[in-house]
Amino acid sequence: MLLIPCPYCGERPELEFRYGGQAHIARPENPAALSEEDWAGFLYMRDNEKGVHAERWRHVHGCARFFNVVRDTTTDRILGSYKAGETRPETLR
Amino acid sequence: MVERPARLPALPASVIGADGVTLSPAPDGARFVFRGPEGAAQAADEAWGTPLSRVACRATMAMGRAALWLGPDEWLLLAPGEEPETVAAQLAARLPGIGHALVDVSHRQTALILSGVLAETVLAGGNPLDLDIGAFPVGMCTRTLLGKSEIVLWRTGRETFHIEVWRSFAPYVCEFLREHMREFGG
Repeated sequence: MLLIPCPYCGERPELEFRYGGQAHIARPENPAALSEEDWAGFLYMRDNEKGVHAERWRHVHGCARFFNVVRDTTTDRILGSYKAGETRPETLR
Repeated sequence: MVERPARLPALPASVIGADGVTLSPAPDGARFVFRGPEGAAQAADEAWGTPLSRVACRATMAMGRAALWLGPDEWLLLAPGEEPETVAAQLAARLPGIGHALVDVSHRQTALILSGVLAETVLAGGNPLDLDIGAFPVGMCTRTLLGKSEIVLWRTGRETFHIEVWRSFAPYVCEFLREHMREFGG
């Protein structure tokens, strides 16, 4: 079982978490001004990274907070985590 | 006047015993989920009687009342033996004009007490956390899972755990623990 470092609770078993998809995807300020292609890009297109990937997780059966995790998708190794709303630390690039 | 329906317990009042571990229902009372920013938490420290823990996964207790940290702006307040309406009114009166959420969950949840030298072992049958006293000390509390049910687990003593569970999940949790107590004669 993966141990996921929650920025609030510390390392916790994977069972307590839900995956929340790719991190740092900002909703466009004015969706009405977007072309259909750009809107579809925002809604559906993701990086599908092979390697180091920033993603959202939610500690749903714990503190219930969303946060960000940087994980290597090829090895499942988690490099670190940081709170939602924070920028990705340089050390986790 | 509208007659209030009687509140029936979710679990039978019986105690399940085994060699080295006992499962019993906890006394009923008032329960609240309190949410709010630091300012509201400071007001609640005074109003509740025991300061709300700002340290993650820790509970505080005073004068029979307890405050369990659930999230960075979320606490579970327990007042065994007290009337929810009275306590809610007292609290609300002491938090005027301060943005917060105080939700009465007295009827949503019930609680079990698991105690004995084998309490850790029995819980480990369905909970993935490290329950060793070093990793999960007395006073630590957290939402977590037991089998397929979400619980709030709180270590009130070296060999005693308080388990808060949603009412409709209580029979499941009770039977789940009983199943794991069977090998110790439960």
